[in-house]
Amino acid sequence: MTIRIENRFAKVRAEHRAALVTFVMGGDPDPETSFEIIKALPAAGADLIEIGMPFTDPMADGPAIQAAGLRALAAGQTLIKTLALVTRFRQGDAETPIILMGYFNPIYIYGVDRFIADALKAGVDGLIVVDLPPEEDAELCKPALDAGLSFIRLATPTTDEARLPKVLTNTSGFVYYVSVTGITGSAISDHSGVASSVARIKSHTALPVVVGFGVKNAETAETVARGADGVVVGSALVEAVRLSLVDGKATAKTVPAVTGLVGELIEGIRRVHKV
Amino acid sequence: MTVQNPNSFRNGPDETGHFGLFGGRFVAETLMPLILSLEKAYDVAKNDPGFQEEMRSYLAHYVGRPSPLYYAERLTEHLGGAKIYLKRDELNHTGAHKINNVMGQILLAMRMGKTRIIAETGAGQHGVATATVCARFGLKCIVYMGAVDVERQKPNVFRMKMLGAEVVPVVSGAKTLKDAMNEALRDWVSNVEDTFYCIGTAAGPHPYPAMVRDFQCVIGREAREQMLEREGRLPNSIIACIGGGSNAIGLFHPFLDDKDVAIYGVEAAGHGLSSGAHAASLTGGRPGVLHGNRTYLLMDDDGQIAEAHSISAGLDYPGIGPEHSWLHDIGRVQYISATDTEALEAFQLLSKLEGIIPALEPAHAIAKVCEIAPKLPKDHLMIVNMCGRGDKDIFTVAEHLGGMD
Repeated sequence: MTIRIENRFAKVRAEHRAALVTFVMGGDPDPETSFEIIKALPAAGADLIEIGMPFTDPMADGPAIQAAGLRALAAGQTLIKTLALVTRFRQGDAETPIILMGYFNPIYIYGVDRFIADALKAGVDGLIVVDLPPEEDAELCKPALDAGLSFIRLATPTTDEARLPKVLTNTSGFVYYVSVTGITGSAISDHSGVASSVARIKSHTALPVVVGFGVKNAETAETVARGADGVVVGSALVEAVRLSLVDGKATAKTVPAVTGLVGELIEGIRRVHKV
Repeated sequence: MTVQNPNSFRNGPDETGHFGLFGGRFVAETLMPLILSLEKAYDVAKNDPGFQEEMRSYLAHYVGRPSPLYYAERLTEHLGGAKIYLKRDELNHTGAHKINNVMGQILLAMRMGKTRIIAETGAGQHGVATATVCARFGLKCIVYMGAVDVERQKPNVFRMKMLGAEVVPVVSGAKTLKDAMNEALRDWVSNVEDTFYCIGTAAGPHPYPAMVRDFQCVIGREAREQMLEREGRLPNSIIACIGGGSNAIGLFHPFLDDKDVAIYGVEAAGHGLSSGAHAASLTGGRPGVLHGNRTYLLMDDDGQIAEAHSISAGLDYPGIGPEHSWLHDIGRVQYISATDTEALEAFQLLSKLEGIIPALEPAHAIAKVCEIAPKLPKDHLMIVNMCGRGDKDIFTVAEHLGGMD
């Protein structure tokens, strides 16, 4: 197993805070700007980076991430280019964990074994593949784990006590708790249940539990940080990209729009002292 | 991949929902518990005589089954070969085979205590059938339909609204059937407590492909009995059009183990297979994963799903049910294709010769009958699945023919 994820959570714990996990779409709005954004994330405050692998039919994503994927595809993004993006990032950063997130079909077509080998070579630490539940572990999860990649699973409010052990078996790195039943970017009115849900998952696993969905500013990040080991932000960041574009093209404001929001988010997280 | 011919072709899927390589449950974790509970509920219902009796009763008195098996005498004479029978599923209530499946799923939804029904639709036939049965049982109905399809199938949009359904035009992606399915899945992820997803074709995550097939098998069971009654023997061949493939699997499945019955599935070749603008997933695609199952799909080299094209909105889908993918690979069913132009010609021919206006979907099957039947002897018995009527398509056809006067 690559050790970057474990090391990073240890470092964050030593700082008595929650981790900030940032999601951006690989290749959005164009390959070069996407690289500039990802390169700038750690200094802006991101502890872990999730890079979306764009797919034409993202059935669990809301409008913001759908649009980000389509922008990336329109700009010519492919799985090969997303892996190249990671390789390039690794040349300047050997520490920050990189997790690729997406849907199975592009990986299946790339070839599972070839993908795992190339991802490791590029410096990828973990995978989140939305449409591969534990029932399909033989497809990618097991070979990825065997090769040393973390396979990070989503747990949801519909994952009950009986099912949780099944979801947590073969999960590594961390657990991603999706705090609402809904697509990415769904608004969440009440984060108060987060702590108890996280506690429920933690009674089954020693892995860190990060929480996502509905985090969009310092306040919501702060609230979620109280109950979780990490805070995931995705839709708000890709929306920041979108709002910075002029005629669909990146502007001088694009990278700062993302890093500025990341700065706010980490500030919210730092307000919560974890013991 | 090694493919072994089983003792029976009718035992699939296995307990993990696979037909050989195909099928499976490729869904987000949020949906997984729902799919497992659906599987359990369906297993109970399937073996419950009460449920089966309820189905039989509604199919007889509300849908109008059995549908006739009609000897198409003038088409047979015109083609001068095989003796052609039409399985008249276009005479069902709502004008297509779709309602066979919808009735089953809605009765199941009610047993599960669900009160909100969602569906995707392409041509609108499945949407109309769902809206109809929801009206009958007083259930809330939301139909997702690609914005492009909303435009080209206006009569069906109006019918759904009359029936009290909410029609949501889908503007994401290519704005057709696959995007409507994505949007329905997003709705389901967001409304897990009260919502039942009524999938319209024999595709999607397990147990849908098997469940939809089981509900549609009434077509093949009736046709088999009717043919035995009429001719004293089984047909020599059967043929049906394929988009997702629910009407076809419904006709085929009861005949799969009758080794002497040749089976043909007709995909939509659109502007032609070499044009790139078609919907023939088996002929022009390769195995991939979309909408919860592994099956043949149209896609590019990066695994991005391609846009399908067919003059028929009901066949305009870049995938196909997983059982068809399996039947294709093991060679039990022969999959061929018909172009838009061939379907348009068949549409007119059947209308003029038999006084039956077919939907553009079965017009694809008729088009291949016109090719195959003349080469066959007169004692060759052939069944074509007439899975929908053409009223919804008259404007599309008129547009292509430049008016009909």
